[in-house]
Parts: sequence; structure tokens; C-alpha cells
Amino acid sequence: MKKILIIGATSAIAEATARLYAEDGARLSLIARNPDRLEAVAADLRQRGAESVETFVLDANEFERHETVLNAADEAMNGIDFALIAHGTLPDQAECQSSAESTRREFDTNCTSTISMTTILANLLEPRGAGSIGVITSVAGDRGRASNYVYGAAKGAVTLFLGGLRNRLHGSGIHVLTIKPGFVDTPMTADFPKGPLWAKPESIARGIHKAQRRRRDVVHLPGFWLPIMLIIRSIPERIFKRLSL
Amino acid sequence: MSDRTVHRSWGRLPTKGSSRIVNLNWRHDELPSDSLGQGGLLCHGNGRSYGDSCLNDEGTLLLTRGLDRIIDFDPATGLLECESGLLLQELLELMLPQGWFPPVVPGTQLITIGGAVANDIHGKNHHLASSFGSHIRSLELVRSDGSRLQCSPSEHAELFRATIGGLGLTGFISSVRLQLKSVSGGDIDQEMIPFSNLAEFFTANEDSEKRFEHTVAWVDCAAPASSLGRGILICGNHAEGESTRKARGRSLISVPFTPPISLVNGPSLRLFNELYRQKQTMGSRRTRIHHQPFFFPLDSVRNWNRIYGPRGFYQYQMVIPPESSEAAIGEILHQIKLSGTGSFLAVLKRFGNQEAPGLLSFCRPGTTLALDFPNRGERTTALLDRLDQITLDAGGAVYCAKDARMSGPSFRTYYPQWQELENLRDPAFSSNFWRRVTESPS
Repeated sequence: MKKILIIGATSAIAEATARLYAEDGARLSLIARNPDRLEAVAADLRQRGAESVETFVLDANEFERHETVLNAADEAMNGIDFALIAHGTLPDQAECQSSAESTRREFDTNCTSTISMTTILANLLEPRGAGSIGVITSVAGDRGRASNYVYGAAKGAVTLFLGGLRNRLHGSGIHVLTIKPGFVDTPMTADFPKGPLWAKPESIARGIHKAQRRRRDVVHLPGFWLPIMLIIRSIPERIFKRLSL
Repeated sequence: MSDRTVHRSWGRLPTKGSSRIVNLNWRHDELPSDSLGQGGLLCHGNGRSYGDSCLNDEGTLLLTRGLDRIIDFDPATGLLECESGLLLQELLELMLPQGWFPPVVPGTQLITIGGAVANDIHGKNHHLASSFGSHIRSLELVRSDGSRLQCSPSEHAELFRATIGGLGLTGFISSVRLQLKSVSGGDIDQEMIPFSNLAEFFTANEDSEKRFEHTVAWVDCAAPASSLGRGILICGNHAEGESTRKARGRSLISVPFTPPISLVNGPSLRLFNELYRQKQTMGSRRTRIHHQPFFFPLDSVRNWNRIYGPRGFYQYQMVIPPESSEAAIGEILHQIKLSGTGSFLAVLKRFGNQEAPGLLSFCRPGTTLALDFPNRGERTTALLDRLDQITLDAGGAVYCAKDARMSGPSFRTYYPQWQELENLRDPAFSSNFWRRVTESPS
């Protein structure tokens, strides 16, 4: 029986992933900001086969509570086999451009808080010599683009951080998984017109479930984003700066 | 927080209007407030209503599929509380392994629980189980004034009754408490009984209703005039013991695109009906089958509604009171024959005599016939007008969930209690259907 910790458990991708672990009969600890939503997700997972579901209310930007809440979640399940960090927002790029304060706040939500919790979890798991840490970053973190570079920079920083952490923990038994979804049809992206490149949260969830099981390092979800991003990453900056992507 | 999209209902009739789309993902959230004066709100589940009751042009459609959570379930009693956007298919996947089955299922499992309540749907077991609304213990209704009402037969009973079969007009149904039915497995013991005319159908059906929980008949609309009314009565009971039959899996076949013209025409109809008749009469009369092909035969072809081409199709379902059932349904089949437009599938079912749970419930004592017609413009609507006249004369009614064209006066005759629903309607909620049938002059 697996013990799964999910941070940002009310996000669409996290909820879809949690359902897959519930069907496996896992024990779950869920962390999210909104108590009503958190309880709605937890009650549903209990009916979908989860062995037990514990909930912890936390706003990712309450940095001083990270350690306490993560320790409580760990104790509630008596250990963690897989910690999935899925919280995040989609910043308003125009608002961030005009306000350094907004940029800093979005960075806290999408990058600093993630790095803080990942650090705490890594130090919790390292002495035990087993466990996975998966973090949802984004293909948007691969290249700086005018339309969403604050979001992209935050996700890109997390991707880079995870690369370093994986390198550090290599040989320790701790698996670090970088999850890079492309466009996903979720409440976070409700305002966007959808096209053929868009995926459903359920399909991303299946990709995460499989990548964790196979102890992958980095996954693009759906997989077709890997060749797309290889091309996008290879465009020289002097050409890229002229494009509107 | 939204984009405007043209939405079509399952009948795919051409529409001009577009709606603002808002996804509902959390049942505790408030309804979007900027609704009044902008065409109003309407909840839209999985879009399986055939006509315009699930559309709201120039207004807002609140999509409920994000509300698919189980709230509570007692495996000892089978009492389920869930959010309204859960599909019947998802409910079955979760509950059947635990020995529980929906109390009433229609011909597709791809409908939401909210839609099942709002249309007070019926199934092959109406003669014993009544309609879906009879199994609702309570529901939460969110009104545009911000109130959240727990409605049940004892609390806000008037709104509860108006919401069942209320076409989504009384507000947003956020959650539903539903009594499931205990079964030992997912198999059905099926029996086929051919009949050669309507009189035989009524005799055979009366006998079958005593032996079977589920009965429905297929009528051969392409039969020659001399054999009009022939068909096959399909009956079933939940089989004892665990499931032994496998489903074919989720929709293996799909209609990948809309053909430029309707593939449903005279020759294809005759061929289909003949093949169907032979397949059903040649096989064994008694078989044990999986519940999916028994209850949801059409779900095995994904997007089957595309075969009617870009102009879509009309579904027409009426109920005729017992005393005039045989004569009126005979006349309807005769009119269809005369028109030269057959129906791909014609489905006949006798309703029981239970009192309907909803204010505007379609089900009432009598016999119901459901028909599909490719949209051939005036030819089709003229035929449907003739069928309406037969239904009116016989004191029957047409099913709102499937309608796209009945006149206001016809609707108000079929549903004289409509004014009561109008009074209980949430002032911010409306639909194309409701405006069409209530605002047209008498």
C-alpha cells in the first residue's frame, strides 16, 4: 500500500492523479488552501478506493508553516512513498510586467514555495533512503516568451532546481521526477481558446502515475511536447526574440 | 472568465446562436453574478438532450461536468450523495463492483445525474420503478439570489417537485442524494419475443411485465404496410450471481466526422431494420448478456448522431394514454409510412400507473414511442406536426428533453401545469426551449 502526499490537491491535474492512486488503494495526505474544496476532493477519494485520506489546509505562501504541515502529513501516513507538488497559479503577465510586487508574489507562489517544500521533503526522505518527489513544472519554463515569462521563469527555475536536487540525491535511493505538462484544459486555463495541442487533466494524471512507477527523471506530458520543445529550445535567441509565440 | 461558443445539442440541428461558457468546478462556489440582463443562465451537463432544452443562445451555459465527485456513499444501504455533473457511466463504474445499480437508466449512460433529475428520465423498468425522480431523496438547489436550499419531499417540497423534470429552470442542482438498487452482478437475463402487430405487442407486453423488470420493444418502421406494427419485445432481469459477461469496452467504434449528407435514408433504413430484425429473431430467444448492450446499445458507437449529416435530426417521443394507445400509435406508424420517411430506430414502451414525481414529468400512464427522423426541412416538420395532432387528439404529450419544434400552444396543452413551473423558475435561469414554448402566442 502506497503513501501519497499531494500539495495543491484541489488542482485539476492533482485531483485526477489522486483518483488513480485512490484506485490503487493508497493512503493519501492532501494539502490545499481552500478547506471546502479540499474536503470535497477528500470525500470523493475515500469513495474511490483510498485506504485513508487526511487533509491539511495550507496556503503555499505561509512559508513558516511548511515544515510543520509537511511533518504532520508525513506522520499521518507514517511515511511518504511519493510526494507530488502540484500547486500553482497562472499569473496575469500584463499585471506582473507593470508591478514588481505582483511578479515577486507570483514567484513566491510558483517557485519559492515549491523550492521550500521540495527542500524540506528531500531532507525528510534522504535519511530513509527511499521515496519519490514529483514536481509539476511546465514546458513554459524551457524558453522565455513575452506572453508569460514570469510564469515561465518561475517554472524554469523549479526545473533547474530539480535537476540539481536529482544530481545531489543520485545514489541515495530518492527519486526526483520533473513533470512538464504542455497545454492542459483546467480551471487555471479556462480563459484560453482550446486547440488540438490541449490535453485533459486525466491524461496528464496517467502520465504522472506511470512516470512515478517507472522512476523517470523528466517527462513531457503528453509525450509529443518533447520533440516540440527540442525544436523550440534550439532556435537561436537572435531569431527567437523576433517571434511571437 | 469565459469564451463564447456555439453549442449544439445531441440532435445537431443547425443553430445560429452562441452562448457564453462558464465551467462550474466547485459546488460551494457562488453562481456567476453577471447573469441578469445578459440572456440568463442554464446548466448544461453532457449535452445529450436532443432539442433545445439544453441550449441558451445569447445567455450563459454553466457546464457542470467538472462537478463529478462522490460526496457520500453508504455501501450498506445504497444511498449515494454525489455532485450533479457525475456521469451515469462513472457512477456505474464505481458502484457496480460494490453491488449497486442506478435505480433507473435511460438508453445511454453518457448523461449527468443533474440532467437525469432535470428531465426526470425513465427507463425500461418504468412499469415497476417509475422515473428517476422517484428515487431522489433530496437535492441541493443553488438559486441566483445566493440561497442554497436542501430540497426533499419534506423540505422546500414545492421546489423539489418542480426541480424534478424542471428542465434546469429552477436553479443550479449542485448535488443529489439518490437511492441505488441492489444487484448481485452486472449481467442481464434477456428474452426476445417477436410480435407481428400492435395488438400482439400489448398482449405480449402485459404478460412480460409480470415476469420482467425491464421491457422495451423495437418496432420495424420499414415494414411493408401489411406488416405494420411488427417488432420485437426485449425483456430482461438482473441475473443472479456475479458478472460473467464482458462489455465491449468503452466505445470501440466511432463516427469520426460528419458526412456531407445524411446516411439515414430510405434504402439504408430498410436494410438496417431488416438486418436488425433478422439478427434479433435468428439468435437464441433467451440469453445472458452484459448490461451495457442491454441498456445502452447506442453507446457502443461514439458520435452516432453524426450519421445524420450536417443538418442533424429530430427525435420525437410521445406518450399516449392507455385507452387510445393502440389506435393512436397505429395511426402514427401509418402516417410515418405514408410520409416515406422511416425512423432509424422506433422504440415502444408501456409506462406504469405511478404518480409522476415531478411537476413537469413526461411519464404518465400510457404507451410511449420514440422515433428519429433525419432533418429534411419542411417535409420532416410537417410530418411531426401531423404526429403532434394525433398526440393532442389522443390526450397525450411530447417529451421536452427530445423536442426542438413543438408549438407553444401544443406544449401548454401537454403540460397545463407549466405556469406553476414558470412561477417557481429562478428568474435568472432560462433556455431556448422555455422561451420558445412559453413566449409564443396562443
